[in-house]
Amino acid sequence: MTSLIDRILEGREILQRRPWPRAMVGAHLWRFVANELAQGHLSLLGLWGEPSMVHMAIMDEDTAEIAIVSLDCPDGSYASIGRLHPPALRLERTVHDLFGLSAQGLPDTRPWLDHDNWGVRFPLGDRIDALSKSAPYRFLPVEGEGLNQIAVGPVHAGIIEPGHFRFTASGETVVRLEQRLGYTHKGIEGLMSGADLERAVQLAGRVSGDSTVAYAFAFSRAAEAALELVVPDRAVFLRALLAELERLANHLGDIGAICNDASFTLIHAHCSVLRESVLRAALNAFGHRLMRDVITPGGVTRDLNDDGKAIIRATLDNIRLRFPVLVELYDNTASLQDRTVDTGVLKPALARQYAAGGYVGRASGRSFDARRALAYPPYDSLRFEVPVLKEGDVNARVWIRVREIEQSLSLIDQILDRLPEGPSSTPVGRWREPSEGMAIVEGFRGDVLVWLRLLDGLIERCHLRDPSWFQWPLLEAAIEGNIVADFPLCNKSFNCSYSGHDL
Amino acid sequence: MRKLLFETLFRRPFTERAPSSDDAAVTELATAVGHAARRRLGRSLSIREVDAGSCNGCELEIHALNNGYYDVERFGLRFVASPRHADVLMVTGPVTKNMREALARTYHAVPNPKWVVAIGDCARDGGCFAGSYAVVGGVSEVVPVDLHIHGCPPTPTAMLKGLLALLEQADTAAVAP
Repeated sequence: MTSLIDRILEGREILQRRPWPRAMVGAHLWRFVANELAQGHLSLLGLWGEPSMVHMAIMDEDTAEIAIVSLDCPDGSYASIGRLHPPALRLERTVHDLFGLSAQGLPDTRPWLDHDNWGVRFPLGDRIDALSKSAPYRFLPVEGEGLNQIAVGPVHAGIIEPGHFRFTASGETVVRLEQRLGYTHKGIEGLMSGADLERAVQLAGRVSGDSTVAYAFAFSRAAEAALELVVPDRAVFLRALLAELERLANHLGDIGAICNDASFTLIHAHCSVLRESVLRAALNAFGHRLMRDVITPGGVTRDLNDDGKAIIRATLDNIRLRFPVLVELYDNTASLQDRTVDTGVLKPALARQYAAGGYVGRASGRSFDARRALAYPPYDSLRFEVPVLKEGDVNARVWIRVREIEQSLSLIDQILDRLPEGPSSTPVGRWREPSEGMAIVEGFRGDVLVWLRLLDGLIERCHLRDPSWFQWPLLEAAIEGNIVADFPLCNKSFNCSYSGHDL
Repeated sequence: MRKLLFETLFRRPFTERAPSSDDAAVTELATAVGHAARRRLGRSLSIREVDAGSCNGCELEIHALNNGYYDVERFGLRFVASPRHADVLMVTGPVTKNMREALARTYHAVPNPKWVVAIGDCARDGGCFAGSYAVVGGVSEVVPVDLHIHGCPPTPTAMLKGLLALLEQADTAAVAP
C-alpha cells in the first residue's frame, strides 16, 4: 500500500532529498495537504516563507515519513492552511510579517512578530516603509457579565523572558488567555542569510539559550545533510552526550522551578544544586557551562578526555543518589500534589492536532520523540524508553521529566561506555553548488527543526523552528477553567521558549 | 521531608566563599556612584531583572546566582518583582526594537538613586545580533549603563564579582563622611 506522503509526492519532481524529499506542488495539491492536516492524517512540522514561496514540512505520524512541499506564490498569496488547520495560524501571520506573503482565507490577519517598531515592513521579502501611523494591537473581544481583564507583561515579575499575557477572568477563574509574543524577535533568519557556516552555527546556538546544544546539533546535521558530509563516530556519540547533559540540566531545573511555583521551595533548592552540578561537569568536560559552541558542522570542537569522563560519571552517581529522594518527596507531599494533579489539563486530542513535542506532547498521550521516531545516530544504537502519559496535567508533565532524567542517566552511561576512539571532527571543505538540508533533533523541550539552503559557501536561507510554536497555543487551552493563581505553575510546566519562538 | 531536612543539618553547606570583587568593575563603577546615593542604600541592593531580548542564556545563569552554591542573598542582594522596589536594573540581551519601550519604561519606574548593570556580550553592543533590522543594539543605547559584565553568558561567579564591586562602592561611601 502506498503511503499518504508517497501519494502526495507521486509524479512530482523531487528537488532534493537530504534526507527528506522536497517537491514543488500546485495550488490544488497544497489544498489537498491542508485537508489531510485538518483531518488528522498528517502532522504539521513547520511552515515558513521565502520572498515568493512558502514551504511546509509535514509528517505521517504512523510511519514517521516526512516531506516538504513548496508552493510558488508569484502574486504574493497562497491558500491558508490555518483556515482549516489552526496550528498554522501563527506561522502564517509570521510569514506575512516577514515576507509579505498573504494567506488567503486566514481567519486572523493581525500581525504577530511585527509590532510596528522595525522601521520597515516585510524585512525578509520585498521591503516597504513602515506604516506612517501605527495602529494598536487588537486583542480578541470579550463579552459577558462580570468579566475582568488582567494584563501581564511584557516585563514579568520573575527572571524570565518577555511576553504579554491577557487574561480574562470571571472571579478567580480564567475564561480566556490570549498571548502576544514577538518581543524578543532579533531577526535571526535575516542575520543567517549570507552568513558563513561558522557564524551561522554560532547564531543557531543563540536562538534559545537553554537549547543551545539542540540548536547547534540540528543546524549542524542540516548543514551536513546538505553537504553530504559524514561525521566521525566519536563526534556522533559526543553530540548525544552533550544533548543528554543539556536535557538533564534543564529537566532538573524545571522540576525544581515547578515545585517552586507551587511554593514548595525545598525541592527547588535541591534541584538547583543538582542542576548546578551538571553545569559544572559540563564546564570541566567541555569548557562551557551551557556547552555553547561545542557542536559545529563536521563534528565537535572539544574532545572529551579521561578527566572529563570521570567528572561526568561522578556527577551522575551523585544524581542517582540524591534525585530519587526528591522524587519520593514530590510524590508523597499531599499539599504539592494538590496543586499539580488535575491542574492545567491538556487534552490528548489537542496535543495530537498541534503535533506538540517534548514533555507537553508526551504527558498528553503523543509518543513522538525524534530520537526514537526518526532514530538519528547514535540513538539508533542506544537503548532507551520514551515515557508517555495520558493525564495531560502539570503532574504528568513533571513525571515525564522525572522519567526522562532516568533515561538520560542511562543514555549517558551507555555513551561513555561505548565512546568510539578516533577524530572528533572532519573538515567541512569547500563547495559551490546550491544544496539544501533539513534536520530534526530532540531538544529537552521537544523537536527542533532546521532547514537551510547553501550557495557559494554561504547560507542563502535558513529556517529554525522551535518546538514552542506548537506548545504556546496549547497553554492558552490548558489554562482555561483554572484559577489565575495557577497560571505560573501551568506556564512553568510548559516552559515554552520566548526567544526560540520569536527568533 | 524530615529526613531531608535533618540531613542538611549535618552536611556542610554547598555555599562557597565569595569571590573577590572584579577590579575592572570597581574602576568602571568608581565614577558611577554618587556619594549621597551610597549613604542611603547601605549594604543591601534590590535587583530587578529585565530581559530586553536575550536568548535566555543569561537568565539561566542569573537564576544560578540564587542556588545553594552562590547564594546571592547572603550579600544583601535580592531579586525583586517590581522595578518600584529596585535599586539596580539588571538588563540582558541585545535590546530588540520590540523591547525598547518596555525597557525604557521599566527604567523610569525604578526610583532614584539607581544603577543599571548590563549582563552579557549582547547587552554591551548587541553581540552577534548587532546590525539586525530588529535590534537596537547594546543596553546603553536606551538607558545609561553603570556596569557591564562580559560573557556569553557570564558565569555566576563573574556576575557575583561585578555585583560585589557594586556593593562595595555603595558600602564604602555609606560609611565615608
